[in-house]
Amino acid sequence: MAHEANQHMQQLDTLFKKYSAQEDDLRDHIVSSIYQSTQSITKDSVHRSGKKTTWLDENLDNILTSRLYGFPIMLMLLGVVIYLTIVGANYPGIAITKLFAIVEDWITTVFQWANAPHWLYGILVEGFYRGTSWVVSVMLPPMAIFFPMFALLENFGYLPRVAFNLDRIFKKSGAHGKQSLTMAMGFGCNAAAVMSSRIIESPRERMIAILTNNFVPCNGRWPLLILLAGLFMAAGFSGGMSTFVSASVVVGIVLFGIIMTVFVSWALSKTLLRGVPSHYTLELPPYRKPKIWNTIVRATLDKSWFVLKRAVIIAAPASVITWILANIFVGEQSVLQHFVGFLDPFAQMIGLDGFILMAFILGFPANEIVLPILLMGYLATGSMIEVDNLNDLKQIFLDHGWTWLTALNMMLFSLLHYPCGTTMLNIWKETKSAKWTFAAFAIPTTIAIVVTFIIAQVARGFGLV
Amino acid sequence: MAHTIALAGNPNTGKSTLFNLLTGLKQHTGNWPGKTVLRAEGELKTEKHVYTVIDLPGTYSLYSNSADEEVARDYIIFEKPDITLVVVDATSLERNLNIALQVLEMTDRAILCVNLIDEARKKGIHIDKEPLSKQLGIPVILISAREKIGIIQLLKTIDQMTEGKIETQPFKIKYNQTVEKKIKQLEPQIKQIIGNALPARWVALRILDGDIKLLDSLKSYLQNPDFVAEKHQPAQGGCCHGA
Repeated sequence: MAHEANQHMQQLDTLFKKYSAQEDDLRDHIVSSIYQSTQSITKDSVHRSGKKTTWLDENLDNILTSRLYGFPIMLMLLGVVIYLTIVGANYPGIAITKLFAIVEDWITTVFQWANAPHWLYGILVEGFYRGTSWVVSVMLPPMAIFFPMFALLENFGYLPRVAFNLDRIFKKSGAHGKQSLTMAMGFGCNAAAVMSSRIIESPRERMIAILTNNFVPCNGRWPLLILLAGLFMAAGFSGGMSTFVSASVVVGIVLFGIIMTVFVSWALSKTLLRGVPSHYTLELPPYRKPKIWNTIVRATLDKSWFVLKRAVIIAAPASVITWILANIFVGEQSVLQHFVGFLDPFAQMIGLDGFILMAFILGFPANEIVLPILLMGYLATGSMIEVDNLNDLKQIFLDHGWTWLTALNMMLFSLLHYPCGTTMLNIWKETKSAKWTFAAFAIPTTIAIVVTFIIAQVARGFGLV
Repeated sequence: MAHTIALAGNPNTGKSTLFNLLTGLKQHTGNWPGKTVLRAEGELKTEKHVYTVIDLPGTYSLYSNSADEEVARDYIIFEKPDITLVVVDATSLERNLNIALQVLEMTDRAILCVNLIDEARKKGIHIDKEPLSKQLGIPVILISAREKIGIIQLLKTIDQMTEGKIETQPFKIKYNQTVEKKIKQLEPQIKQIIGNALPARWVALRILDGDIKLLDSLKSYLQNPDFVAEKHQPAQGGCCHGA
């Protein structure tokens, strides 16, 4: 049987050698034959009555993808979406946190009535319940507003126009123009975007797309960026102006991520992954009126639920572990404090603190849980306060010595650091190379550390904080 | 065992929307070429039969240009779905038929779903399905997966094809004399080597085209006809498709 198969394989090779590629223009002939066929087939069956394309269809692309207006419109739309998210997220956030606080009171009463031991109350209520309720109330409101708006733009067909605008830049950087598509997909989920790099034919350019995808914020990181910008980036401004400034900061961060993507792509294509970009034409899909209600419901329920589920599933055990670590003492300090204290000197150098770095390290499985872990860390080490609105949240941060620099560097570190566990796994699956998987980890992490270090040193050197 | 239906077509023609409608699943859809890179599977129950529906990545061609084109191509060739639904965009039918003709070189059990028919009507494009079906030699259904138009007709046709009640005579692309002559020479030799399980004319064309990746796939197939099933696992749990 095996012998027969081998024989067949040899015969196949012989055939291949004898017949293949004797004419260079064969592929051209095949393709043109197909085109002729489709033309003759549709001649009888497709009729166009008048020209019913709308003014919008005809002219929208000239505006949205124009060299002059393309970029400003893009940034403006992103700004508007984030502005609305920051404005809107305040109100439900307050309501949800209040609700959780009320329920916590009830649970506490039950525990007291049942005479439950202190450690059990600690793990279940102070660790698990408070941790999860923070995840929900802090992350749900921005997600519930941001995701539907983003999905509406996506279903309308705007995202490919973004890709089109960026296409020129990517080609100039020596990467594949289609990388603009995979990058745009990264705004949703880097893990999915890494897989979507399969649309890029050349292995060299595909590798560049994979290695740089992490520099755009995914669903798991948007809430962190929006929240921190809202809390810290507009001190000194009030009302609508403050929201405007916060939104601008988020837009700036995203822009910085895109610049970093292009820069690293350029650097890679000049060094490790040298080569000439291949040619292709990017196709723009037609604009379609999204099924508005459907999209909103789907995006809010599915996407928010997906991110939240990931966050809660991973954050729940993490909150229990964090509580335990914070309550097991070795010598004077808890285990948590030892760990944080160990990280702190390095973290301070890059403008963060030990807790934040710990949150990023423990948050490796999913970016969604970085913020929850950070909060649990802070809450577990005393300074317990009644938390029922976002200002209390800010107070927690301020109590731990936060300044605008801490917030900015945490946002930048989140934007630039190593990809999450799922993404790393996909990178391994797609590249099948330990070397490149490691590069996908090391390149962003190094950049994250260097950038935050420079900013921290400069800000401190000039006495800005 | 359930019958299998594969969804093939260009990117952004609404394959995933149709897939969700048929299977009741909630794969993420979007006006966005390249949404589906891994294939997804779901179940469809009609009045008479149970099917496994496979959503293949949307591609512009089925040659080995890129990894996703290979996934779609290998599935149709080596796993031989019982029915291949070619989903095309009614607003740009001519260009979309490209991939339909490529599918028809690979299998004769195909149905053409002309999707987005509502949008085409709005744009003043009228599609005559009778001559189209006659020319292509396969059933043609005009549908709108978004507006749920034509779906019952589609399900009926799927059932009928499964029961062998539909005869197809797939359109064959004619190449110039030199190429046709070489195909004639190659076809019997190919049949001798790989048997009748794979379409010999199509394999001949790929050999003439110098498609080395297909040669590798064919060799693996000769060694173990089930190999493709292991090589291309469908999207499952851990992947982030829904995000």
